[in-house]
Amino acid sequence: MTVLQVPATAQRATLIGRPFFWIIALVIAVFAAAPTIGNDVELRESLLLAAVYITLASNLNIMLGYCGYINFGSIVFFGLGGYITVYLLNTRGWPLGGALLAAGFAVSALALLFGLGILRLRGAFFALSTIGINEAVQAFAENFEPWGGSAGIYLSTELFQPLGGPARALWIIYYLLVGVMGLSLYLSYAIKNSKFGLGLLAIGQNEDAAGVLGVPTPFYKAIAYSISAFLPAIAGGLYFFKSAFIQPSDAFDLTLSTEAIVIVMLGGQGSIAGPALGAYLYEELRGWLLTSETFANFQLVVAGTLLLAIVLFTPGGLMGWLYGRWPRLRKVLE
Amino acid sequence: MTALLVVENLTKRFGGLLAVDKLSFDIETHEILGLIGPNGAGKSTVFNLVNGVFAADEGRVVFDGHDVTGMPPYRIAHLGLARTHQIVQPLTAMTVLENCTVGACFGRENLSISRAREAAREAAELVDLADRLSVTAAQLTIAGKKRLELARALSARPTLLLLDEVLAGLNPTEVEHMIGVMRRIRERGVTILIIEHLMQAIMSLSDRIVVLNSGRKLAEGKPAEVANNPAVVEAYLGDPALAAELHGH
Repeated sequence: MTVLQVPATAQRATLIGRPFFWIIALVIAVFAAAPTIGNDVELRESLLLAAVYITLASNLNIMLGYCGYINFGSIVFFGLGGYITVYLLNTRGWPLGGALLAAGFAVSALALLFGLGILRLRGAFFALSTIGINEAVQAFAENFEPWGGSAGIYLSTELFQPLGGPARALWIIYYLLVGVMGLSLYLSYAIKNSKFGLGLLAIGQNEDAAGVLGVPTPFYKAIAYSISAFLPAIAGGLYFFKSAFIQPSDAFDLTLSTEAIVIVMLGGQGSIAGPALGAYLYEELRGWLLTSETFANFQLVVAGTLLLAIVLFTPGGLMGWLYGRWPRLRKVLE
Repeated sequence: MTALLVVENLTKRFGGLLAVDKLSFDIETHEILGLIGPNGAGKSTVFNLVNGVFAADEGRVVFDGHDVTGMPPYRIAHLGLARTHQIVQPLTAMTVLENCTVGACFGRENLSISRAREAAREAAELVDLADRLSVTAAQLTIAGKKRLELARALSARPTLLLLDEVLAGLNPTEVEHMIGVMRRIRERGVTILIIEHLMQAIMSLSDRIVVLNSGRKLAEGKPAEVANNPAVVEAYLGDPALAAELHGH
């Protein structure tokens, strides 16, 4: 668990003055530019999924890596964000930007409310209650008529017109998602280097000791939970807008929650680069498995095995292993 | 002098066990008050009641003019009360500096992270951990972890410091060192409530001593008075005859 350390030299520099700030900028630039050059739609679709995974994993990491709370139902933010966005666009005729922001804030507010309740629980009890919330919200969506019940909502293709038609809209959605991914990385980075982040890391290490030291633990945890809901909700809005269709079983699929946990563990919980790297690698691996004849149906078996191997052999994940080999890497990849 | 901490009729039950029974005492500003008693007398429970880890069943605690009864530990910490734990509670994967920075950031002065780092360095220096700032807490020896507990509590720049057996498990050299550290802390104007089993240490450090037995206050007074109190000797030795005999000598 040595991934938490920040080198003393790095602590003194400002956020913008450090290499990691520019590494994030570079990643965003590469994501934006790579498919644009040569108009490569296939690459765009693959990177779009990677951006979604990075967004989910980075935000999950705020709870899992920083606070040490396993959120098994993080997908509820994504699904609920999707539903609110799609509903506001389709039924209420809101513009895309307004619908996305409304989804982000609504889901964050809801998370704050849920968080103040379930964050009294710890360990396995907390993890179970997050699954419970996801199931409850799914049941709500299945029975809520304005959201189409279990049949879901189909978006009219006319909604792509304001963005210049479907083809152009897909590019715009992609760039927006890359932006959300970038914001997720910068959010993780800013939190980790703040007083708030220090409090969260202390909670992750020993919550009782943190409280005695003066960290307002109930409040900090609830804020962290709420913040970690905001960008995944917007990503969900963009994702389901792109699909032009949303139904409860897709929006609240626990598989994606589990995958996000595997990604964070694979990359190295608590580090910022780890979940991003893990998300990218996992997306590539998943793509390869899905297209290979042997493994097409075993994608989750591989994810499970991977998780087992990480927990057993490198609990610090990819970043933990890299830091162990090259300690200087800490100064560059945080 | 005014009382910095007032404990009134404090009572705590764990099921059928009366751990602390109508306990009252005061601590004056700048005083060192020793809290002693046989194992299981309820000393650590008193600490946990004073800093809000446990909720009292009866009675109240007033710290620096604020009624802190029922407040969560983090709010009491903000008011300027810091403590160490008998069983060390390091933030293991974080460095010594980071551990102390947490204490400073969320302590009485509510410092920014950069100011907190300065306070953390000062505190680490005071307990002679300055050369171990970038070592993770997990890598420290037990004596090191005890010192870290103290440094972390000091980083908060408290007005009242609760020390729970900071000398236990240390060798004689380390004990001597730690006593020196405590004297330095006191010179800085920090009021101290200390639990300790090492009699020599607590007798020489404390201005006053409160003796607990089975959750009740058995005696209170200057170290010499308490040491010569037959009831205290009996509580420790469990034999009134032996106590009388000791006093005869």
